[in-house]
Amino acid sequence: MKFLKVRSEFILVPGLFIVVILAWENLINILEVKETILPTPSRIGEALIYQSQTSFFWTNVWVTTQEALYGFVAATIFAVIAGTFISQIKIVEKTLLPYLVGFQAIPKIALAPIFIIWFGFGQTSKVVMAAIIAFFPILINIIEGLKSADSDHIRMLRVFGASRFQIFKKVQVPSAMPFFFAGLDVGILLSILGAVVGEFLGSQAGLGNMVLVSQYNFETPTMFAILIVLSLMGIFAHIIIKALQKRYVFWADSSNIIGT
Amino acid sequence: MTQQNNAIQDASNEASWISVKGLHKVYRTRTGDSTHALADINFNVRRGEFISIVGPSGCGKTTLLNILAGLISKTEGSAAVSGHEVTKPLSEIGMVFQAPTLLPWRTILENLMIPIEVQKRNKTEYKAIAADLLKLVGLDGFENKYPNELSGGMQQRAGICRALIHSPSVLLMDEPFGALDAMTREYMNLELLRIWKESNQTIALVTHSITEAVFLSDRVIVMSPRPGRIAEIINIELPRPRTLEMMTSDASGHYVQRIRHYFSAANVIE
Repeated sequence: MKFLKVRSEFILVPGLFIVVILAWENLINILEVKETILPTPSRIGEALIYQSQTSFFWTNVWVTTQEALYGFVAATIFAVIAGTFISQIKIVEKTLLPYLVGFQAIPKIALAPIFIIWFGFGQTSKVVMAAIIAFFPILINIIEGLKSADSDHIRMLRVFGASRFQIFKKVQVPSAMPFFFAGLDVGILLSILGAVVGEFLGSQAGLGNMVLVSQYNFETPTMFAILIVLSLMGIFAHIIIKALQKRYVFWADSSNIIGT
Repeated sequence: MTQQNNAIQDASNEASWISVKGLHKVYRTRTGDSTHALADINFNVRRGEFISIVGPSGCGKTTLLNILAGLISKTEGSAAVSGHEVTKPLSEIGMVFQAPTLLPWRTILENLMIPIEVQKRNKTEYKAIAADLLKLVGLDGFENKYPNELSGGMQQRAGICRALIHSPSVLLMDEPFGALDAMTREYMNLELLRIWKESNQTIALVTHSITEAVFLSDRVIVMSPRPGRIAEIINIELPRPRTLEMMTSDASGHYVQRIRHYFSAANVIE
């Protein structure tokens, strides 16, 4: 029964994909929709193949990847530092939390024009944008994670004479790891979003810039092709984070018991 | 002269390895109310003695254990272990908890080493002791398994090993077998007696089970609630080594009846 279920998934997921693509292709041809409005999947595919053969395209992929990655790493570092202080020192939490909640409420995308004034049209403004947008979910998860430590585990360490730092290191940090990776998973996608949004508002390179240029030239298939590339980047990043999670938070799942 | 004094000191320590005098604990709630959790608790435990603390819920038995463990402060009176007033957790003490509380990201061996790491003792030296302890409780070969690969009974045995690894003179146990099924529990009781015999620790066990307390202990401290007081300290004069047959013997039944009397007096149905 379980075997059948797994099998049906393998058939249904690509099946749905093929049905949608075929319907899309044929409907556009039948209804004679203009390519500039909505291109056919085959035209998008052609654009994707064409772009992937140019070095210009790969340069832009690299620019956006760099911006997203630097932003993501910066967000993670700051979130780890801030999360540690906020979760460990009550007075810091009490002082900072209202500001964090307030700052969290700002639609971060609206900050992009300001960052462009501050940091220029180059990559820096995009890195900052990616970092700001990825920072909060990572921070919130770190705080939650550090606070999630089992009170029985903490009590156990205290009985054996553990210091606060030892409790932090031996119980709170490992307990926070599943949350931390959940934060990273959200954060990496948001940092790609942040980089692209930054590029939309003023840039000389990057996939967001390519989308804008394609828009001016009414090259809609290229715009869709870049959308696919951005999704693939996100999926790839997600897979890497999940693999790291499986490697370092191995205890969070699996419960295979061996007798008494 | 000094030597003689030390000898006298030691002798008195032996007779009251755990010494609790005039102990009170009052909890104050935020609303300003106060709860008298423990009132005028007095008892001594000899070195190597096995005592149990029983009583209905809310009698403060866990509070008492937590004070001995140095986890919570006392309001009044004194609680001392081997002559040292308990104000913070002492390395003299090992503790076994209700749940095994093993860290899931550490192997069994790594879990056993927690007290050693925390107290910054020599790890290599204690690895051999850990191996011996695991053997003693029948967990040899499980050093490198993770807790979720072990059954509840095995996890609790690992928890006992962890409490024993730094050779504490006192073992505090907070309802350690409460989560186990009846069969495993009986088995663990026998195991505990065997470990106690080999390690010669002083054991204070908090339990819900009157039969368990009678079966294991030299003395049973019966507590009554609101405020938590000692109702009676009963000497259990059953021969050692104890066997499972003794659990159902008349003598043991007599003790159980006597203790249960306090529970029904407190209007608590077990």
